[in-house]
Amino acid sequence: MAQPNVVLHVADVHKRFGGLHALADIDLQVEEGKTHAIIGPNGAGKSTLLNVIIGKLPPSSGQVVFDGTVLTGRKPFQINQLGIARVFQTPEIFADLSVLHNVMIPALAKRDGMFTLNMLRSLDSETGIRAEAEHMLEDVGMINRRDMLAGSLSRGDKRRMELAMCLIQHPRLLLLDEPTAGMSRHDTNTTIELLKKIKSRGMTKVIIEHDMHVVFSLADKISVLAQGRIIADGSPDDVRGNPKVQEAYLGGAH
Amino acid sequence: MNNLMPRNDLFLLLGFTAVVLTMPIWLAPFGAGYPDLLQRFMIFGIFAVGFNILFGLTGYLSFGHAAFFGVGSYAAVWSFKLLTLDAIPAMIFAVLISGLFALLIGFLCLRRSGIYFSILTLAFAQMSYNLAYSVLTPITNGETGLQLTINDPRVLDAAMGQGFAGQPVPTLLGQQMSGYAGFYFCAGFLILSFFIAQRIAGSPFGMMLKAIKSNQTRMQFTGFNTRPYALSAFVISGMYAGLAGALLAVTDPLAGAERMQWTASGEVVLMTILGGVGTLVGPVIGAWIIKYFENILSALNDNILARFWSFLPDGVADVVVKVTSKFVGDGWHLTLGLVFVIIVIFLPGGIMEGVRRLAALFRRSGSSSAKPSARTQPAE
Repeated sequence: MAQPNVVLHVADVHKRFGGLHALADIDLQVEEGKTHAIIGPNGAGKSTLLNVIIGKLPPSSGQVVFDGTVLTGRKPFQINQLGIARVFQTPEIFADLSVLHNVMIPALAKRDGMFTLNMLRSLDSETGIRAEAEHMLEDVGMINRRDMLAGSLSRGDKRRMELAMCLIQHPRLLLLDEPTAGMSRHDTNTTIELLKKIKSRGMTKVIIEHDMHVVFSLADKISVLAQGRIIADGSPDDVRGNPKVQEAYLGGAH
Repeated sequence: MNNLMPRNDLFLLLGFTAVVLTMPIWLAPFGAGYPDLLQRFMIFGIFAVGFNILFGLTGYLSFGHAAFFGVGSYAAVWSFKLLTLDAIPAMIFAVLISGLFALLIGFLCLRRSGIYFSILTLAFAQMSYNLAYSVLTPITNGETGLQLTINDPRVLDAAMGQGFAGQPVPTLLGQQMSGYAGFYFCAGFLILSFFIAQRIAGSPFGMMLKAIKSNQTRMQFTGFNTRPYALSAFVISGMYAGLAGALLAVTDPLAGAERMQWTASGEVVLMTILGGVGTLVGPVIGAWIIKYFENILSALNDNILARFWSFLPDGVADVVVKVTSKFVGDGWHLTLGLVFVIIVIFLPGGIMEGVRRLAALFRRSGSSSAKPSARTQPAE
């Protein structure tokens, strides 16, 4: 079994798509309360790895263990109910619903579980959940947009709202897939500030990122992925100084 | 805002009730104020309200809901034949049976979504139709249709010593369900159905259905098992269809297989889109318009048209009568098709979108000094 302070253990995971060996021999240990960044050039298998962790893709071999529970083979909603939330590369939100409802829905999932037949209860009587959602929107600085349709938000705001949707569930593990992709410098900086703010709450985070500025301002530990393999693993300073990384990633991609 | 029912919802319900109950008065000038047609307005209104819970809220387009409508009719007629002529047991029986049937069909069809779901529902409904028409003749009486006879057992009625002279007809506590009594009976169920749909739409459960329509992936990654939600919506709308089918059997106790045909399934889709998908009132209005066209336009003939256009000069009148006659009588489908095309092109949100646009226009011209508010419109 994993060591007591390792909350997520990706054990000997392989993933093949036909002839392509997208992930090879991945062994990754994420420690509780830490921000663990996974970086690597395009096509290194970062998103595939995240999809394997969250149950969107089954691994060809190996397994993912979260706090003693094997995640492999479970459905996304079961994995979420165990306390894992995910922010997507392109925000996955309820575009036809208001911002407030977008944030209330995950709070209800946390309180009521994966299915509740409460069809004769009025949504307006959910004052506790509503207050919680409003509080969360205040936290991410979006309370003035709570009645807007989520689909009409700017990309940066969609991302912030998606983050609020994850945070309101108080997940034990938060997975972030390129949280600043396609954002302006200003939006990127506000997102970094927000992520730093939630860092103090002791939540474990796995973050996939392209932007070195983001990675080095947030991560406690970095794993470097190249061609489906982990080529380096360590603190930001270790990784920055590692010649293999500079060759495969920093030198190659930039 | 923390009342049991939000004020806007209450006003909508009261307004809807008033409109429905006064229909015999305000529809009379349009030639539609007679009980047979009014009953149909109520029955297909219920069908459409229920269909909208699945299609409008959850986003699953079923092409087979007529199957549940038909099952409701058959179940009600069997209740009249075997148990009692009273309408209430028949309704309960019909709603339960159609709900069970919907549970089975929904369980199978909801393994797929999008177009594959639609095709599966269509396939099951056509299967049900063909079974009702041929193999299941002992239950459905095939082509002739299931009807009441003097020799039916009616065990409950017999036990209570109620005999019947002549052709048996459904009753409510001994009262015959024909004419306006039948209309008010159906109207009561339409208002109840509307109220329940309103509660569902305004509940956390209803919000989950809308969220499934909006982004199923996000729902799953948010910790919801979406299938039981979609299945519940499917069963509820199937029960609504069964209720509507049972009411049709109450007002006219003859159940035929053609009620389950795909054209009947398509009709409720048209009603919902015409009125406004996802709105509460829209599907009811859509149902009323289609049933009005079906019954009123199809009854018009050349003589009536000639009288209507008689103010025109002779030669012109002949031409106009000739042209307009293509759109009425047997050609009423042409008119319906044109109206449908125009609505879908210019008002994709159906008639309710037109109403909303008009309301916004009036509000702007009415209070031009006040700034137009930027807040979002609440969904009906």
